[in-house]
Amino acid sequence: MNAPANTNSLLERAPVMIRDWIIGFFPESLRWPVGALLAIAAMLAVFGLVFAFLTLAERKLLGRAQNRPGPNRSGLPFFRGTKLFGLTQPFADAVKMLTKEDIVPRAADHLLHFLAPVLVVAFALMTFAVIPYGRQLVAVDIDAGVLYFFAAGAATELAIFMAGWASHNKYSLIGAMRALAQLISYELPLLLSVVPVVMLAGTLSPTKIVEAQANVPGGLIPHWHVFTPWGAVGFAIFMVAALAEANRSPFDLPEGESELVAGHLTEYSGFKYALFFMAEYFGMIGLTGMGATLFLGGWQAPCAFLEFIPSYLWFGVKMLSLILFMMWIRATLLRLRIDQLTRLAWKFLVPLALINLGTAAFWSRTDSWSGPLQFVRWAIALALIVVPFVVIGRRLTAGLAPRTYRYAT
Amino acid sequence: MLGTGIIKGLAVTAKNFVGSFYDPARLVTVEYPEKQIPIPENYRNFPFLVHEGDDPIATLRCVACKICENECPPQCIYIVAERDEKGKVLKKPKIFDIDIAVCMSCQICVEVCPFDAIKMDQHFEIAAGNRFEGLLLHREQLAKPNSYYQKIHPTEAAEVDAMLTAMKARQAAEKSAKAKPAPATQTPPPAA
Ligand code: SF4
Ligand code: SF4
Repeated sequence: MNAPANTNSLLERAPVMIRDWIIGFFPESLRWPVGALLAIAAMLAVFGLVFAFLTLAERKLLGRAQNRPGPNRSGLPFFRGTKLFGLTQPFADAVKMLTKEDIVPRAADHLLHFLAPVLVVAFALMTFAVIPYGRQLVAVDIDAGVLYFFAAGAATELAIFMAGWASHNKYSLIGAMRALAQLISYELPLLLSVVPVVMLAGTLSPTKIVEAQANVPGGLIPHWHVFTPWGAVGFAIFMVAALAEANRSPFDLPEGESELVAGHLTEYSGFKYALFFMAEYFGMIGLTGMGATLFLGGWQAPCAFLEFIPSYLWFGVKMLSLILFMMWIRATLLRLRIDQLTRLAWKFLVPLALINLGTAAFWSRTDSWSGPLQFVRWAIALALIVVPFVVIGRRLTAGLAPRTYRYAT
Repeated sequence: MLGTGIIKGLAVTAKNFVGSFYDPARLVTVEYPEKQIPIPENYRNFPFLVHEGDDPIATLRCVACKICENECPPQCIYIVAERDEKGKVLKKPKIFDIDIAVCMSCQICVEVCPFDAIKMDQHFEIAAGNRFEGLLLHREQLAKPNSYYQKIHPTEAAEVDAMLTAMKARQAAEKSAKAKPAPATQTPPPAA
């Protein structure tokens, strides 16, 4: 990594310095566990708050997209008439969730019914461990971090199935089944879209992948994976699959409220429901964080002269814009049917992701091409992307569009 | 091509999102407690008692005839007439309660009242902390001036007022005809 002087600014080093300062109070033997606990506490605090305000942001954004003002009522207790644009809404929601009655159906498997919300949050939190949030900010820097991330992420679906099974309710069970079908369908394109990154960076460690996307000194164009042909496609596939993995609209079939009451959430109330809600947002945070790490250069600034802004802020900006994009999609798209969902995965995303592997291989083979050959390289790579996209898209939509309406105009 | 529909949709929501900040006319919701949509004249929910003068209880039009009590389908009106010391029934209610938790807003009480004493209200912010006492309205709460009635149902109130003044004039004429039979021969009563 080429580190100019400004990357060592005080703000950049602040989180690590604070950690070292606190650890300094403890004897040598206790330093490692205390450091780990500090990382956990910091992560819980930061992402807890981020989660709280994301729920508000989502409701505001959905409201605005539907020409409504969104929640703007909640003020401060004891100060009647204050409104603060509804900024205290998450805390009011938390109080409401905590004080609600916790109903467990008599027929439910009590142990699993209790374990499911705990596990779903635990697995979602586990994914946070390997994401590099800043230059030195990664809780656990393991070599196979990417692998670990997707293993822990897929386990959340297991907890969702647990919830559906333990509830002893047909809607819950159907929701859980859908969650599994979705998992099997979308885990494949998700992983296939990541493989080129691992191939070209030559490592499974998220920190090293971020370093592979470091800026060329003085360069103005970010050296991120998303700005290569295979990276752009991989990123698009990753985002679609991440939406499905996080059970976000338009792939929120497991909890499709119009047909399944609330799917696996039907029998959950009060704080257990809040935990599932939290896990959904944590899953979203984790996946977008990983997406930013793999394709958007992680904590790297877009160009060298912007590196005076601390790296963790760049990471936050990237992650939040990806999350906002997911919310924007939720405001726009309708929920798919289960057969459409699996068809999209198996017949469209998986072939494209496989072809993308070839594109990535071509791209890495032709790394030495320069001058006019650069144009040839781009042309071939783009052709490798656009042609399959159009051909597969045509074949998939053949006979489906445009739809003719018999009674409506 | 595949995906163009999604992009078009995203553009629509983005336009709404930005537009809702700049163009208040886009916002379809009314911020209720601060602003209110005017209530249409024909809206009605629960009955109230009309009074004429300044003293609400003394000038109620109601004569405690109990017709409305008998006609009310869910039996939510309860009336006890006022009596003087000798036990003679006076023409006004001592107790007039309506349980609006039971009332179904059918307006039958209004239709049957021969004295135009009970009318339908438009006040709908009646949430109460207690569903028994809180929603049982007494005559003090039910009594509202005629001017209020004219304000909430202008057309209907005008008709009622015209009818009442005509009736009063007729009664006055009849009375004067009875009291002074001599002039009555000169001017025949209008009712005849
Ligand atoms: S509106 Fe109908 S239900 Fe209500 S008090 Fe009158 S007669 Fe009874
Ligand atoms: S409101 Fe009308 S009908 Fe009912 S008791 Fe009074 S005068 Fe009679």
